[in-house]
Amino acid sequence: MAARSRRNKTTEIFALGNEAVVEGALIAGGTFYAGYPITPSTEIAEEMSSRLPHLRGGVFIQMEDEIAGLGAVIGASLAGRKAMTATSGPGFSLMQEHIGYACITEVPLVLVNVMRAGPSTGMPTNPAQADVQQARWGTHGDHPIIVLSASDVQECLRLTVTAFNYAEKYRTPVILLLDEVTAHTREKISLPDPEDINIYSRLTPSMPPEWYMPYEDNMRGVAAMPPLGAGYRYHVTGLIHDDHGYPTSKPREVEHIMHRLFRKIDQFFYDIQIVDETQCEDAETCIIAYGCVARSAELAVQQARERGVRAGLLKLKTLFPFPRPAVEKMLRQCSSVVVPEMNMGQMSREIKRVNNGQSKILTLNRVDGQIITPGQILSKILKG
Amino acid sequence: MAKVTQLIHNYLRHSKRFPHVFCPGCGHGIVLGSLIRSIDSMGLAKDDVVLVAGIGCSGRIPVYVDFNTIHTTHGRALTFATGIKLANPRLKVIVVMGDGDALSIGGNHLIHAARRNIGVTALVLNNHIYGMTGGQSSCTTPTGSFSTTTPFGQLEDEFDISRVAKVCGASFVARTTVMQASAMDSLISEAVMHPGFGLVEILSPCHTQYGRKNRFKTCVDMYKWLQKSSPPLEKYRELTPEKQEKAIATGIFEKKDCEGLEEKYARMRRNLRGER
Amino acid sequence: MASKKGESRVKVFLDWCKGCGICAAFCPSKVLSVDKQGKIRVDHEDECINCGFCEIHCPDFAIMVYPREERPPFEANIDDVAPATREELHKIRNSNSK
Repeated sequence: MAARSRRNKTTEIFALGNEAVVEGALIAGGTFYAGYPITPSTEIAEEMSSRLPHLRGGVFIQMEDEIAGLGAVIGASLAGRKAMTATSGPGFSLMQEHIGYACITEVPLVLVNVMRAGPSTGMPTNPAQADVQQARWGTHGDHPIIVLSASDVQECLRLTVTAFNYAEKYRTPVILLLDEVTAHTREKISLPDPEDINIYSRLTPSMPPEWYMPYEDNMRGVAAMPPLGAGYRYHVTGLIHDDHGYPTSKPREVEHIMHRLFRKIDQFFYDIQIVDETQCEDAETCIIAYGCVARSAELAVQQARERGVRAGLLKLKTLFPFPRPAVEKMLRQCSSVVVPEMNMGQMSREIKRVNNGQSKILTLNRVDGQIITPGQILSKILKG
Repeated sequence: MAKVTQLIHNYLRHSKRFPHVFCPGCGHGIVLGSLIRSIDSMGLAKDDVVLVAGIGCSGRIPVYVDFNTIHTTHGRALTFATGIKLANPRLKVIVVMGDGDALSIGGNHLIHAARRNIGVTALVLNNHIYGMTGGQSSCTTPTGSFSTTTPFGQLEDEFDISRVAKVCGASFVARTTVMQASAMDSLISEAVMHPGFGLVEILSPCHTQYGRKNRFKTCVDMYKWLQKSSPPLEKYRELTPEKQEKAIATGIFEKKDCEGLEEKYARMRRNLRGER
Repeated sequence: MASKKGESRVKVFLDWCKGCGICAAFCPSKVLSVDKQGKIRVDHEDECINCGFCEIHCPDFAIMVYPREERPPFEANIDDVAPATREELHKIRNSNSK
């Protein structure tokens, strides 16, 4: 055993962010992809279409639109598959209803949204980070959701695995946000040995079918989930349902399920919160960034340090549930916090919400379809 | 005949409250009975049947039966069914949709499911109206008839569901009415056993929302009208063109040998993996 | 399926019956009718030919036809109790006055 674990099985490849997502999905056990082509996410579909049919039971299907894409993914997930889809802005808007359906029926799935600029058709080949709040609040009704954001190609791989793990663990849709730049950057990544990676798969019921309650409340707030056809016949509905899965409108039962949905994410908050701290220990000025902007920010931190400014970077990989403890720590510690992002202030809104006057918050917004440069961040740090 | 009722009781969910939600005289209950009888006659195990439904009156059908049941979003039932069938081709996936569900909001999915010939069975319960939302016109509301959103008569032409399915390439298309329950049993069985995409259009009158606004005094009048105006295909062909216009042909319109998409995909996968 | 008259019994489950009247309208032997309370009543059970139309066309699974010699698979009848007829009432009154 020891000999095997010493053997280095990592290989290095040259890959696009989109291709790294596919590598991650396959490592995580994804065997089903359904989607609709949309720039700049198409490489994910293309890569999946040639890779999945080689896997045992692997299925790729190109559906008639994004709504159908996410519908088929939910169906496959109910049938027991780890399933995913990928899209970009307009497609993401179309998928919103099914995201809500997956939330209330607690169907695990991974949705990759490669963000492109502008509302509507916008600029299909230019990056932006403007779908952050849509990812959180896009579908109607109160719902909890997990939103992750990757800033480089290696992270695309790792966070796709994480996204599948969270989806399976908490029976929830997980949205992975990339921006066009990250998705279309080609760089060297190392493919991890699948045996070194922790893969989580949904729990299937242990009890006889007659005992089984599909939406039972337990300590975890997450019930076991059998695949269709395994002998556990139950009802899945987008209507508010009771523990048995049947529609209900009794106030007590409605409150119960809504509270449980939120609790299952809230109580595992510290498992879900992933942030990277770079030179934060002694920082007086902190940059809070995510996605491709975090890479610019890394360089800006270095340059600021060279100029004698004690800067640090807090990179958010989990955007929602909002990593409030990590952010609050920096707000308490730093005299100023810079929030550069490629939108009109979607994440800085969250940060301002938890600031309570502890720190000076400087926003840096860019919405011209170009990425924020290290120089821009640096001058924001220096000039305030 | 008592066995028929006992058989149905065996398939109903005992934890659900009965009588079901449908209005008095709604044909959907008859379809539910017919579906149960046909599944029983095929000898399918309850575990192997997945009943997927959309939104609307027809969407309420699955909750009453003890299969794997999924009540999806409006119009998208076929997309869920496609995912389920591809993920586990062993399952018999039956999709229950209404006319608005299948042809209006879900029209795109219906034509593509028919085109790609995925091995699921679509039962389209055509009641010519949006029943659950209160009787608004649908894409199958006959020209000239009244609804809450066509108070002066429907101006648009209606969809012929079976024809739409046929031209989109569905490999099994049939139409029946709830007045012909025995024929419906065998048509549903045939469609479910058919390897590719099968569609059965079932005329299921809605007296509460459609009949009352269109000069049908009772639901029995609607059933009598249905019996009178839905001749089998052979008889329909003998009618004069004027009479054909008023009649709705029933029977099998299309049946061709084919292979479902899931089988083709599995074969491709076997070839790529060098199996068999 | 069909059998001779007088060989079948017809059972209506009033709890589930919504009184739509389909069974009564299409019964070939006119066995059934809709009563004043909007439920189905079995009027002429002896006329039933066990065609089975009502059983498979009842949207509410509320009617059942079974052979006369068999017991129904289940039943919850309150037997032999019915409101007194006019004659009975008259008789009781007379007997008490004696």
